[in-house]
Amino acid sequence: MSEMFDPLRWKPAPLLPRRDPRDGALVFVVAVLCFLACVTLIGALAADRAARGWTGQLTGSATVVVRAVGGETPDTAAARAAEALSGVPGVSEARALEKAKAEALLEPWLGREALLDDLPIPRLVAVDLDPKKPATALALDRALKAAGLDATVDDHSLWIGDIERAAAIARWAGLGVFLLILTATAAVIGFATRSAMAAHRETIEVLHLSGAQPGFIIRLFQARFARTAALAGLLGASGAAIIGSLARLAGGGQGLTPVLPVAWIDLLAVAPTPVLAALVAAVAARLAAGGLIGEMP
Amino acid sequence: MRYGRAPEVLKDVTFDLAPGSFHFLTGPSGAGKSTLLKLIYLAERPSRGHIEMFGRDVEAVAPADRPFLRRRIGVVFQEFRLLDHLSAFDNVALPLRIAGDRPEKYRADVAELLTWVGLKSRMHALPPTLSGGEKQRLAIARAVVARPDILLADEPTGNVDDAHALRILKLFVELNRLGTTVLIASHDEDLVARSGQPVLHLEGGRLKSFGRGVRP
Repeated sequence: MSEMFDPLRWKPAPLLPRRDPRDGALVFVVAVLCFLACVTLIGALAADRAARGWTGQLTGSATVVVRAVGGETPDTAAARAAEALSGVPGVSEARALEKAKAEALLEPWLGREALLDDLPIPRLVAVDLDPKKPATALALDRALKAAGLDATVDDHSLWIGDIERAAAIARWAGLGVFLLILTATAAVIGFATRSAMAAHRETIEVLHLSGAQPGFIIRLFQARFARTAALAGLLGASGAAIIGSLARLAGGGQGLTPVLPVAWIDLLAVAPTPVLAALVAAVAARLAAGGLIGEMP
Repeated sequence: MRYGRAPEVLKDVTFDLAPGSFHFLTGPSGAGKSTLLKLIYLAERPSRGHIEMFGRDVEAVAPADRPFLRRRIGVVFQEFRLLDHLSAFDNVALPLRIAGDRPEKYRADVAELLTWVGLKSRMHALPPTLSGGEKQRLAIARAVVARPDILLADEPTGNVDDAHALRILKLFVELNRLGTTVLIASHDEDLVARSGQPVLHLEGGRLKSFGRGVRP
């Protein structure tokens, strides 16, 4: 055995043992935390997209409810309203909806039986607005009044506000959970570093007494935990990407629910996780190791 | 020097080791020999008094400069303090590696030193597989490999036979001839007598006698 050792071909061995029995548990915990962070991130991105899509649809259109007055039939009133609105700057298209469509909208509330022919159901006019310079509700209202029509303009502003508030809550909640998990990851790494340093106290003291600078010792632990966290981050991110892919494949472009329309591009957001985990681990390990070495004489 | 609120281990110990001198540090168990060595190799801070090393007040040395001061001190620890996960070769190369030397510069020196201390066939071995004597020789090789300005050894011949003890003593004398200041804490009265080197004798935490070359 000894004749196999050639000092001239010797290369320095790692100063910390290559394997540590505690590494497995640490990789598992950090991988789970990274997985949760990534799932939160994908969920927040999807919820944000859903909210943007709905807001876009609502801001690009308005609905006008037209009530027939005098001897005018509802259909004529709706047709006149559509004509009046078509001429308003900022309106791309205005079209009167058929009676059947108005009845279909009311059916969930009134029931099929109640929709008697003689019930004065108001007609609806769907207005598509110019996305670059949409007409205001006030402008639409003025045009309708000028045409002598009894009509109400709904520019969906009430819904838009609610959706924007919901989207903001989803975004901030996602960010909050993400930061919380990030902090937990840093705390776990810091704890693991302290535990590893306690286990390797002999090594640290020998290095310290042999003249190693604090930075030299800190870098050993920093590099070790950064590598471990990068591996854990890769596992966690891969798990989250698989879950995201399954959601995308199962639900298509609409997602599993309309609230979470996962897009393929969302999955790219988890790509920096190993680097981020390594960075967090490096900082946590540096702080923990630096604190402990600072206590030495 | 005291640990916490315990009684003082060392009291009013004042001495000066001339550069290039060779001394033994003797005294009964509990006399404070190891504590004195720890103070010199900067593993402890004195609770009072001051220590000057290489012309500098140790307490006044900036934290960033203390590692450089430590690199000038070679230590043979009583309990060896070898790194069990590193081979004998890696253990001996450690101080040179810490100093930032390139492996190709010191490989041959490390191999030669290990051969000199009788561990040629054990270069690849991990410390847990070595005998007490082999560990001791390995610890000595690590302490001297960087040619320190001062060598401190705590019972360096405690686990070796007479032949090896003399060999180790010769190594220390050789290092001393090359200019290294040597201070060896030892119980081995025979070795101390045979060396003919001056002695610092500690008893009850006080320096009781001073041999040749020591200015109390």
